Amino acid sequence: MKVLSAAVLKPAFFWLLSLLLSSLVWFIAVKASNEKDAELQKSLIIFGVMFSVLLQEVFRFAYYKLLRKANEGLAALSEDGKSPLSVQQMAYVAGLGFGIMSGAFSVVNILAGSVGPGTVGIFRDSQYYFLTSAFMTMAIILLHTFWSVLFFDGFENKRWVAVVAVIATHLLVSGLTFLNPVYEGSLIPAFVIMVLMAAWAYFTAGGSLQNLQHFFMCKENK
Amino acid sequence: MISSDSEDELYTERTALMSANASTAPSYQDRDGAPSPTNVQANRRRSAARRPANPVEGRVGAEGGPASRDGGGEGEEEEEEELILKYGAKHVIMLFVPVTLCMAVVVVTIKSVSFYTEKDGQLIYTPFTEDTDSVGRRLLNSILNTLIMISVIVVMTIILVLLYKYRCYKFIHGWLILSSLLLLFLFTYIYLGEVFKTYNVAMDYPTLILIIWNFGAVGMVCIHWKGPLQLQQAYLIMISALMALVFIKYLPEWSAWVILGAISVYDLIAVLCPKGPLRMLVETAQERNEPIFPALIYSSTMVWLVSMAKRDVDTEEHLSKTCNADNYPEVEVEANNHAVQGLADVSDMPQTQIQGVHHSAAGGEELEEEKGVKLGLGDFIFYSVLVGKAAAGASGDWNTTLACFIAILIGLCLTLLLLAVFKKALPALPISITFGLVFYFSTDNLVRPFMDTLASHQFYI
Repeated sequence: MKVLSAAVLKPAFFWLLSLLLSSLVWFIAVKASNEKDAELQKSLIIFGVMFSVLLQEVFRFAYYKLLRKANEGLAALSEDGKSPLSVQQMAYVAGLGFGIMSGAFSVVNILAGSVGPGTVGIFRDSQYYFLTSAFMTMAIILLHTFWSVLFFDGFENKRWVAVVAVIATHLLVSGLTFLNPVYEGSLIPAFVIMVLMAAWAYFTAGGSLQNLQHFFMCKENK
Repeated sequence: MISSDSEDELYTERTALMSANASTAPSYQDRDGAPSPTNVQANRRRSAARRPANPVEGRVGAEGGPASRDGGGEGEEEEEEELILKYGAKHVIMLFVPVTLCMAVVVVTIKSVSFYTEKDGQLIYTPFTEDTDSVGRRLLNSILNTLIMISVIVVMTIILVLLYKYRCYKFIHGWLILSSLLLLFLFTYIYLGEVFKTYNVAMDYPTLILIIWNFGAVGMVCIHWKGPLQLQQAYLIMISALMALVFIKYLPEWSAWVILGAISVYDLIAVLCPKGPLRMLVETAQERNEPIFPALIYSSTMVWLVSMAKRDVDTEEHLSKTCNADNYPEVEVEANNHAVQGLADVSDMPQTQIQGVHHSAAGGEELEEEKGVKLGLGDFIFYSVLVGKAAAGASGDWNTTLACFIAILIGLCLTLLLLAVFKKALPALPISITFGLVFYFSTDNLVRPFMDTLASHQFYI
């Protein structure tokens, strides 16, 4: 347990690296372009977002590779040839790390701003800015967790559908946020996708409807 | 007191690294009264005890846990490796919590108490001002400031090593007591004053004196003598945070960054080079079989061997609760730069020392191992200075603070990994500070505009 809790830092670091690289690329693009052209800047930021999503997935894969290697090393050293952590546990922790870092970076400045004096939406922006930011962040954190579970499992068991689905839905969810502030277009699909991913990840991790039933009925799993 | 101490200590050492300083300090829980640790220890030590690990500043020592297993005949390579990795993870966590706490205290203070971000002059150690007209001049001034600061530190370290070598323990002890007195009383008073001002709390002098007196007195006792482990750890974290706040306040912007970089380089040299002062300090201490200075080293577990004869005591509990040693007469001088000029100056030592402490506790036939790590307080201070400067920095961006925080922890993780691999005292500053600096500058300049643009449109990545 303790090992797992400390292990959340490493995927967070990887996510941070991916963010760093993608912002570097975006920054260079912005500096090389005409800063006054609003349309161009908008398309540059869209490009930045897409590139960042792809880079995050690349880093997720890189982290997977790293974990595999470390796990194999641990397994070789241990007494019974099995590693102390299963792939699924690693996937969960990785997803959690990614999600927490992603969520923190998205929301912490907004939180800091929400404390101070001000009026939301005074310049004709949406009044629900803080609320929707909070919900979106929550969705993103959970989504990252589920995506990692699916992603790792896809690579473990060579199920490429899962991998492609993860990348596609990540792009989709990010892309939908371009519709903000029309929150119906971005929040609701994000939550729907989250529920879908949750179910898929649950079944991938070995859960079943029976387990669910037992859980809710507080029955023992015999 | 030194001689008695040296007899008291038995050290387990597996490789030629320092660490494991097992001191059978007569813990306050010791029911025996006066322990004759030497004999007890002799029975206890299974492994070839050799040297005391000395948490010399700037070192990270790894303790070879498996060493004790050797006696048991189980010293297989793989088991040791596994133990190393397992304990490596445990060490990581044991250090994460205090480092995080220290950084959190510093960041919270910086963000809420504006006193520590106001510019009220500079220390005498950084005489050149940064309020110059040209960028080049400013850079030059900060480099000169750094040179002065680093030379002060080097000189102080060398003085300390010389004092230690020539056994002027009383002097060192006095110096340390003076510096902790200053920290615990004066700096706490200033800190409390500023906090009260920020939150507009009405306070009278008698109450204040009572609070500060109690805080300081208990702190002195805990740090220099005996006290519950957790209380001692808490005090060490608090004084590190106070020191870091002083640095953040009185070091000008560019000088602070250059100093951080230079200190990591110095740390690397001082710990790894054969003639480095810190290394010499450690080796001298090892030769004399003396323990590490407790007052300036954060130790995650102070585990002392309990006399085997006493079976009535649960050794496990003992191990985790024993207090810090009384028989550390010589405490490391943590030279802190004092904001108050004219005081006996103590140089700041980058005490980056992580040492694994290895103790074997006997329980019946088996010996159990308890491992801990030691990290020098200078490391805490400089990590907190980095994060605090990031928080106090021009933009006051939380993303930057978070990024630096993660970078430092990952650096610490890597250092501990290296520690487990190399099993010798390693400097804990370079990797973390490098990561921290890289992440600070890149996050501040690259990520911040990106995230701000995203947040303004409410795009999510």
